[in-house]
Amino acid sequence: MQAAWRRFCRHRINLAALGFLILLIVLCVLGPLFSPYAQDAQDLELKAVNISAPHWLGTDTLGRDMLTRILQGGRVSLSVGLLATAVAACIGVTYGLISGLAGGRIDAAMMRVVDILYAFPFINFVILLMVVFGRQFWLIFVAIGAVEWLTMARVVRGQVLSLKNLEFVTAAKASGASFRHIVRKHLLPNVIGPVIIYASLTVPGVMLLEATLSFLGLGIQPPDASWGVLLGDGSQVMQTYPWLLLYPGLFFSSTLLALNLLGDGLRDAFDPKSAAQE
Amino acid sequence: MIRFLLSRLLQGVIVIFMVITITFFLSKMIPGGLIQNEKNVSPVTLKAQAEYYGWDKPLIVQWWKQIVHYATFDMPESTHFRGRYIDEIIASGFPVSASVAVLALSIALSIGIPVGAISALKPHTLEDRVSMLATTTGICTPTMVSGPIIALVLGLHLRWFNASGWQESGDVVLPAVTLGIIYSAYIARLMRGSLRETLALEFIRTARAKGAGEIAVVFRHAMKLACLPVLNFLGPAAAGLLTGSFVVETTFQLPGLGQFFIAAVKNNDHQLTMGLSVLFAALIVFFNLLVDLLQAWLNPRIRLQA
Repeated sequence: MQAAWRRFCRHRINLAALGFLILLIVLCVLGPLFSPYAQDAQDLELKAVNISAPHWLGTDTLGRDMLTRILQGGRVSLSVGLLATAVAACIGVTYGLISGLAGGRIDAAMMRVVDILYAFPFINFVILLMVVFGRQFWLIFVAIGAVEWLTMARVVRGQVLSLKNLEFVTAAKASGASFRHIVRKHLLPNVIGPVIIYASLTVPGVMLLEATLSFLGLGIQPPDASWGVLLGDGSQVMQTYPWLLLYPGLFFSSTLLALNLLGDGLRDAFDPKSAAQE
Repeated sequence: MIRFLLSRLLQGVIVIFMVITITFFLSKMIPGGLIQNEKNVSPVTLKAQAEYYGWDKPLIVQWWKQIVHYATFDMPESTHFRGRYIDEIIASGFPVSASVAVLALSIALSIGIPVGAISALKPHTLEDRVSMLATTTGICTPTMVSGPIIALVLGLHLRWFNASGWQESGDVVLPAVTLGIIYSAYIARLMRGSLRETLALEFIRTARAKGAGEIAVVFRHAMKLACLPVLNFLGPAAAGLLTGSFVVETTFQLPGLGQFFIAAVKNNDHQLTMGLSVLFAALIVFFNLLVDLLQAWLNPRIRLQA
């Protein structure tokens, strides 16, 4: 773990991505608290102005402060990204662990279920779920998390299969360790690495899915903001006020970039073999 | 081989069966009936309508009717557009989605594969760095950002194409370019990684040792193996593109399958919702099978497992 962290720090770009994300999270959490504007406060005198002294990133067509809305939207987008990934990781790790440990027919059956689920048109189900349950905030986490766990389960199962017959596990069994002890002390710590790597690559995907839903008007509902909502609003008025699309777009893209770089950096750090090839 | 195909067919049938069941019960849970949104509908009308569509029967009977519809390929009538059958509706949107998908995939492949291959052959050179920077930017610019920008610049400012709508044959270009850019970025990165890995393998050293030229090594030996991850990615990608990219069809206002699906869900058109879900699932199953067959053909080490 420490060696991996050292390998991670060796590349400045990894640290830059991590620093950017921490800065962004701090800004999104604290920014709206210190902003002089409420995210849904309208000022119809100031419709869609560009960068100006009182409004650093301008205002939207209803005169709402863009910077406040972008930071507030960032809260929503980032928390959906992190929480839905956590939901996916919990389901995936549990499923993969059970499948890998059980082995034999149970394993085969459980993996066949995963194969079948892979062929599901999940985006349709998520859209249907959104309509059925009236677009509630918590549902977005669950719906997206329930979609994204499949690959996680495969990763964990593969890891467990390769670990459970290794000598140190046999040694632990021989010295009388209980099943629970082996799972908790020997298997889980070794599964954590791949799970972190895959989770960090899942977060941008999840944020993209949330943005897609909100862009289509099926996710977060106005006046609440998420980056998808802002992009959807901006794209409708882009001909006259292109900055309403551009600023949220820049925030969204740079966040996706930082998350992707972080994921790649973590993968190289935890898996020195793939790093050596670079 | 036959066992493999049969087991895949069975798997596909299970998928479709489950998709029908889940979609059926989810759409039954959508709040608000079909015409309750409209004002002052008499109970008599509602009852007549429920009888017409068979909604007065128990749920399990309705569900079984759905299964029979799809098992016998006898497509039901739309519940929103009375008198129109869902297969006609889908057939009217499919060419739109399909032409965008085909052009987008052609763009993605013709940019992604050469860029990725050049990057892999000249690692750590200027070309490599520039193309990796470009592809990373491409991946991090989702279609909901790039689509409106492309519509604005190429459509509204330069006036090369219509910024939205589906009237002329040129209207396919902008949506396809939007999708093509992001998919080419994914393909270039996959191609670069896998070609570099392949070039480090021993059979490449053998090929070089026997005196094969660089071009022969890359094209005759390495490319065949290096294309496998790209192929793996293309299966789900092709299915996703064909079934309509929801965001791009919204941005460019195309009458494609993605738009149909959203409208069907919002209009409470249960039958069209179901039909499109089943079509999407069938396409995913089909493309996954196609990819597996192509992979086995390209790489003799892969055995098709039932």
